[in-house]
Amino acid sequence: MLTTTSGGGHDRNTFHLIEKEDHDGGHASPVLLGFWIYLMSDALLFAALFATFGVLSTSYAGGPTPREIFELPLVALNTAILLVSSITYGFGMLAMEKGQTKTVQLWLAITALLGMSFVGVELFEFSKLIAEGATPQRSGFLSGFFTLVGTHGLHVSVGILWIGIMLIQVGRYGLNTINKRRLLCLSMFWHFLDVIWIGVFTFVYLLGMLR
Amino acid sequence: MSAPTDTDLHAHGDEHGHGSRSSYLIGFALSAILTLIPFWLVMARPIADPVTIAVAVIVFAVAQILVHTVCFLHVNTSGEGGWTLLAYLFTAVLLVITIAGSLWIMYHLNTNMMPGMMETGQVSSTP
Amino acid sequence: MFDPKTIFGRLTWESFPVHEPILLTTFAVVALGGIAVLGLITRYRLWGYLWKEWFTTVDHKKIGIMYIILGVVMLLRGFSDAIMMRLQQAIAFGSNPGYLPPHHYDQIFTAHGTIMIFFVAIPLVSGVINFVMPLQIGARDVAFPYLNSLSFWLTAAGAGLVMASLFIGEFSTAGWLNYVPVANLQNSPGVGPDYYLWALQIAGVGTTLSAINMVTTIIKMRAPGMTMMKMPVFTWTALCSQALAIAIFPALTGAFALLMMDRYVGTNFFTNDLGGNPMMYWNLVWIWGHPEVYVLVLPVFGIYSEITSTFTGKRLFGYSSMVYATVVITILSYLVWLHHFFTMGSGASVNSFFGIATMVIAIPTGAKIFNWLFTMYRGSIRYELPMMWVVAFMLTFVVGGMTGVLLAVPPADFVLHNSLFLVAHFHNVIIGGVVFGLFAGIDYWFPKAFGYKLDRFWGKVHFWGWVIGYWVAWTPIYIVGLMGTTRRVNHFDDPSLQPWFVIAAIGAGIILIGILGFVIQLVVSFLRRDQLRVGNDPWDGRTLEWSTSSPPPAYNFAFTPVVHELDAWYDMKSRGYDHPTDHFRPIHMPRNTGTAIIQAGLAAVLGFAMVWYIWWLAVLAFVALVAVTIWHSFDYNRDYDIPADEVTRIEGEKRGYLVSEHLPPVVQNALGVRQPAPVEA
Repeated sequence: MLTTTSGGGHDRNTFHLIEKEDHDGGHASPVLLGFWIYLMSDALLFAALFATFGVLSTSYAGGPTPREIFELPLVALNTAILLVSSITYGFGMLAMEKGQTKTVQLWLAITALLGMSFVGVELFEFSKLIAEGATPQRSGFLSGFFTLVGTHGLHVSVGILWIGIMLIQVGRYGLNTINKRRLLCLSMFWHFLDVIWIGVFTFVYLLGMLR
Repeated sequence: MSAPTDTDLHAHGDEHGHGSRSSYLIGFALSAILTLIPFWLVMARPIADPVTIAVAVIVFAVAQILVHTVCFLHVNTSGEGGWTLLAYLFTAVLLVITIAGSLWIMYHLNTNMMPGMMETGQVSSTP
Repeated sequence: MFDPKTIFGRLTWESFPVHEPILLTTFAVVALGGIAVLGLITRYRLWGYLWKEWFTTVDHKKIGIMYIILGVVMLLRGFSDAIMMRLQQAIAFGSNPGYLPPHHYDQIFTAHGTIMIFFVAIPLVSGVINFVMPLQIGARDVAFPYLNSLSFWLTAAGAGLVMASLFIGEFSTAGWLNYVPVANLQNSPGVGPDYYLWALQIAGVGTTLSAINMVTTIIKMRAPGMTMMKMPVFTWTALCSQALAIAIFPALTGAFALLMMDRYVGTNFFTNDLGGNPMMYWNLVWIWGHPEVYVLVLPVFGIYSEITSTFTGKRLFGYSSMVYATVVITILSYLVWLHHFFTMGSGASVNSFFGIATMVIAIPTGAKIFNWLFTMYRGSIRYELPMMWVVAFMLTFVVGGMTGVLLAVPPADFVLHNSLFLVAHFHNVIIGGVVFGLFAGIDYWFPKAFGYKLDRFWGKVHFWGWVIGYWVAWTPIYIVGLMGTTRRVNHFDDPSLQPWFVIAAIGAGIILIGILGFVIQLVVSFLRRDQLRVGNDPWDGRTLEWSTSSPPPAYNFAFTPVVHELDAWYDMKSRGYDHPTDHFRPIHMPRNTGTAIIQAGLAAVLGFAMVWYIWWLAVLAFVALVAVTIWHSFDYNRDYDIPADEVTRIEGEKRGYLVSEHLPPVVQNALGVRQPAPVEA
């Protein structure tokens, strides 16, 4: 099932690769696989945070419960924003395949704006909660909530910063191989964050309202 | 590590997933539906039993994650010689073990060791 | 305006242990030794050489060697902690309180465990994998050379923070996993747990990145023809171990981050009130902790496989079953973690599941032991130093494995949990398994790395010191453990136990002889290196690393090998392979970079500042760290070519170098080379 790095189709008495392009050992770039594996580790970090939230999800300590503090319309808005941002980034990648530098930059910028809206809404939500006394310190449930949702938001913020850096680097060096590789990594990162968000809005907000 | 050429991105046996306009649009449409329904189920409560809604919501979430995986992340059996999918499945298994295992263990620990914690308003029992 | 608290946080003159004679003496010795080393480096004008050749290197071989140096140095520190504990426990009975009060003793056992696992075992294993694996798969370096360098320096930064806690402030007293509730802010408001958390988070990032690096390398960079089932067994174990590491470190990172949130922000994850649940911390850290020991032991099993087949002159028995056993152990190790807290109260159904799973994992391990034995059977065994370690491992480790199966039975564990029997069990498997294996690997691959063998006489002193010392030190601990003695205790009331602890202390002394033997072995071997010099294949090896010169050239292979069989080098030798002598091509190599060591330095400053609540410094360090990282990403020119005639020259000498041309005279002397003086432009 799992294929080898490159065919072993050399005759049995050839013990060395003597090819024009051997200067890199005949290997393709490992960056995309490496980044994917890093994303898997990030998924397991979120698993630990989800598990902790799950364990503490009813530890209200006499404080606010989900129904008292969650506003589903706002969450629905944020979900829509993030989902649309996945598409806008996707359109950017399609433009990258065609080598359309300016189009790529346009879609990157739109994605970043959507991302910033997402983070903005979340910060608004957090500040409201804190003003009402629903602080991260108030209970185990709130600690888990703020940390899980906040860690996701932090990842999105890093993604926005990364988009900014890519805008500069694509502007400066164009769609060269390194930049394309980086944009592919950022693509994986951005979609991955939307996958995590599915888990967040389902297990934190929707299930929270059902208790 | 080498002087980067575009062949690096498309070398034999190492295709990463490519998107197409249609895969993104289909993915978006499916995701939108798979999001709207759970939100509606919880906000409008057409079904009385919260456990049923909870199960439905979780099913929709899993489905949407799969849609994202296929349509946006372009995970397939051939990416990186099959390693993309293997890493993904390995991670999924460990994620389930971590979350389910922790919930199972902590539920038992709480029941046995934290008297008074299991009061009204707490989550219903997990198997 | 310039309030000292703003500038220095909670760091005050009281933070320095001026009233503790043991620490003052240690500091004096360390300071004098440090000044001596720094002085020698300056005197021989080696700073430029060190910066260019070692501190900024991205060469996996040198990074591997630096990891091993770090591990050995930290072994000396961790072992000093052990000697102190043994001494205390040998004398502190009845009215004699010993010389270590509880608060100090608690820091010592915490530091001992933390250092031995995170800053000895992990770096040594990383070091061996780093050096050997790319050579075994016919690659020229790892997938991400710069990240490799960063991983090492982050680990070193973590070690530095732990060492700093010795002289500035104090260390945690909560055990090697920094247990709550002891480590909660309420119970430990001081800097100890914070030192622990920051040191390990920083080092943990390094370890995770390194694991991603190794896995990607093995998947993507194998020589043509080397299918998965033609990889050397050590490479298989490295792959499974590092994949497991990637899977588990996020759990530890998460647990530590949540504890940091509790201590710095006042959240209630693991507190005793407001909805916190300390047991969840234990759950998370052991989700990391159990697989971690397999991360350590799997590569060591791989080392044993390589050595056994080489020194019996036979192919390893049961290659496929070894691979399957390794994969099964990898998966099963993720299903047993609760056995570390059977007594916490999860009840019969949960305990039974994890108890049975724990016993099951002994089966694939047993299969491996049989495979090694069958390999040895009817082989012509050469008892060189590496093989001696293998035999010692087999006789020692299985006992530890058996006590593990005993502990896996929950009712038995209810009696033995947190007793010295448990402590003896895990030292049995870690010393008998991991430590013996690392020494075996060092003895085995040292000639490849440095071009000369290690002195055999002092190697035997090293060996017998450890083997005899281990048994004398730890058998009494099994006995007192069975009798009910609790761990982490600095004083005993029952004088009838004392003889056992005295024997254990003697055993520790014998191990000390072994460690001194090791240090002397390194020095003597260096002094006698001309007599001990070897070529590319001193042991008649079977895997590709033995096809390169000793040490290998920077690029490892002038031509990428093509592989046809398992035990590729053995195949090449038996079918009349010819080392190419011409038609070399330019070789693409990654450039050295100083970014990694700078980033790690900033991380260390960040950690130190956060420990001491020096907020302005923490913010500065963090911003600088982010800035350097972003600035580094703008460097698109990270490779260079080694010209073809340079390759031809190096290949013609049939001898690689650890370092490049134009070395300082004292280094040329040490390496036994004569270089032309650099040509003035």
